[in-house]
Amino acid sequence: MDSKISDKLKILADAAKYDVSCSSSGGKRKNDNKGLGNAEGMGICHSYTEDGRCVSLLKILLTNFCIFDCAYCVTRKSNDVQRAAFTVQEVVDLTINFYRRNYIEGLFLSSGIFKNADYTMERLVRVAKKLRQEHKFNGYIHLKTIPGASDELIKEAGLYADRLSVNIELPSEKSLQSLAPEKNYGEILVPMGSIKDQLVQAKEESKLFKSTPKFAPAGQSTQLIVGATAESDQQILQLSDQLYKGYSLKRVYYSGYVPISTDSRLSIITEPPIIRENRIYQADWLMRFYGFDVKEIVDEQHPNLDLDIDPKLSWALRNRHAFPVEINTADYEMILRVPGIGVKSAKKIVSARRFAPLQFDHLRQMGVVLKRAKYFITCQTRSLQRQDFDSEQLRRKILFGDGSVRSALLTQQLDLFRQVG
Amino acid sequence: MYFYTYDGSFEGLLTVVFEAYERKAWPTAIEQEHLAQPSMFGENIRVVTDEQKASRVWQGLQRKLSAAALESLYYTYLWEQAGFERLIFDYARLVFDSAESVEGNYTAPFILQVQQIYKQVHREKHRMEAFVRFQKTADGLFYASVSPDFNVLPLIVRHFEKRYADQRWAIYDTIRRYGVYYDLKKTDFVQLENPGLTPKQQGVLKASEYDENETKYQLLWQVYFDNVNIPERKNPKLHLRHIPKRYWKYLSEKQPRLH
Ligand code: SF4
Repeated sequence: MDSKISDKLKILADAAKYDVSCSSSGGKRKNDNKGLGNAEGMGICHSYTEDGRCVSLLKILLTNFCIFDCAYCVTRKSNDVQRAAFTVQEVVDLTINFYRRNYIEGLFLSSGIFKNADYTMERLVRVAKKLRQEHKFNGYIHLKTIPGASDELIKEAGLYADRLSVNIELPSEKSLQSLAPEKNYGEILVPMGSIKDQLVQAKEESKLFKSTPKFAPAGQSTQLIVGATAESDQQILQLSDQLYKGYSLKRVYYSGYVPISTDSRLSIITEPPIIRENRIYQADWLMRFYGFDVKEIVDEQHPNLDLDIDPKLSWALRNRHAFPVEINTADYEMILRVPGIGVKSAKKIVSARRFAPLQFDHLRQMGVVLKRAKYFITCQTRSLQRQDFDSEQLRRKILFGDGSVRSALLTQQLDLFRQVG
Repeated sequence: MYFYTYDGSFEGLLTVVFEAYERKAWPTAIEQEHLAQPSMFGENIRVVTDEQKASRVWQGLQRKLSAAALESLYYTYLWEQAGFERLIFDYARLVFDSAESVEGNYTAPFILQVQQIYKQVHREKHRMEAFVRFQKTADGLFYASVSPDFNVLPLIVRHFEKRYADQRWAIYDTIRRYGVYYDLKKTDFVQLENPGLTPKQQGVLKASEYDENETKYQLLWQVYFDNVNIPERKNPKLHLRHIPKRYWKYLSEKQPRLH
């Protein structure tokens, strides 16, 4: 049986890996039944893949048999791959045993559509239920909802899962029609909307009754594939913005399309657009934590993010009139907009300047990247920059340094989750 | 010139602060007894740890500092790098001598430094919580050995207690040669002095002591790790930044493949 399990794990982990979400944060489930596990607060990355992504959850498909034929997906019906299916018990055993050894924070279970949507969804729910009820498991559970599954099943899933997700995958209706003909936007957005309503309702009720069962306490998320179809960054980010605002999504994940499929319906690329994906994450970060509106990041004139520089610097170069910012008096919000100053340094600045007027040396010690920031700030009206540069000159100076001629693209860090500096 | 020595405990160090104020004799150096060289010049003051004096100092600090600042002082103690006593002393002194709160005054070098130490120790704590790998023994104990850069064992107990309430577990620090053991009710600090063993062998399990399924799950974890990777996205630099090589020894996925 051992080699059988290991063969299944090979196939079903491999098939699940293109879903980039592996977050286990935002949970509120405490271990108050002397059971196993705890999913409070921030999730932990227990390892990192060789491509530098966090490994936090056991992320697998229940099965990679699928009746659908979505062009971008390895699991699509017409693709010639080995198929496998776990039993409910096998998934439960793997999760518990990995968790007990501190390999993982919990389970992220998704699936190809086997027979029909409800049949598949019902099994996903069974895994979660078994973990919670028979094993008193309080670790993190993220369930993917199967497109077309009934409302009741999704509701039940929310009782056991910390997070639910409905993947949109393709950033426009048009692309969806051509690449995933069996799906449609309505079918995706309906469950998303009903999860949102459940979340709101559970929150309301828990104000009234202490014992209201929790519903997906870590909220819902989705994933968009970048680069498989022709959408601009503006289209993608506007969609995310709507999802954050309209559906209260906790996270939108972006997955640079890995050309795994030779399906003729797809745009032809040879490498995953990793830098573009990274820029989109940075832009997403700006919208969620830096108080930027999507319109400030991309617009009709600039529908795509600059690949050479991060979107915050890009905004600063387009809005020179907002600078220089005086570190000793400017609002926190404005300090946060200075290239080279992140959330942490901005907080330190605001705290420290209550004690003494800040000098450039203080900033350096606090971790401000002066190489960047110096063009945009003054300290007690002093500037490190004697000359005035126009935006184009600045861009070049920041990219290539004052003398060097390295290609910026080659030296870019490809850290997906690096904060925007 | 006043040369203080103490027994190396946190309470001992707080007692030093108390004594220094009592005598108005500001330390030239503070050292642990077993490391100190008596000085020929100046006065050697050997401080005996006194719970009451220590707690008076601590309460004094509590009145003027937030929980977070107190925590970073304790972290500085666990940091254990040369000069930590001095930092804690200087910090405490600034607190006692200032009418207003000194917290967040990152223009004072040692306040910024304590804050940076807090970050370092916190990072190590976090890494231990992430990279500890338990192995199940034949008698059902989940066991891990670690060798952290800083003395973080006291800091990670809460985390593991909350997480593994229903299994017996132990974590052993092979550098500092003590461990923590949870017996389903409470967690104790334990020494593992196995007389027949050299220091290096303390706390190392033999293959025969494992649960029969232990290797199977290590193998399955390796299989999982190998198959979540996306080769087209390989990025060794980023990988190494997240898991520096010195942590690989804990990780079964970084060991030769089992079969
Ligand atoms: S339904 Fe899901 S698993 Fe099936 S082909 Fe489409 S994306 Fe892949």
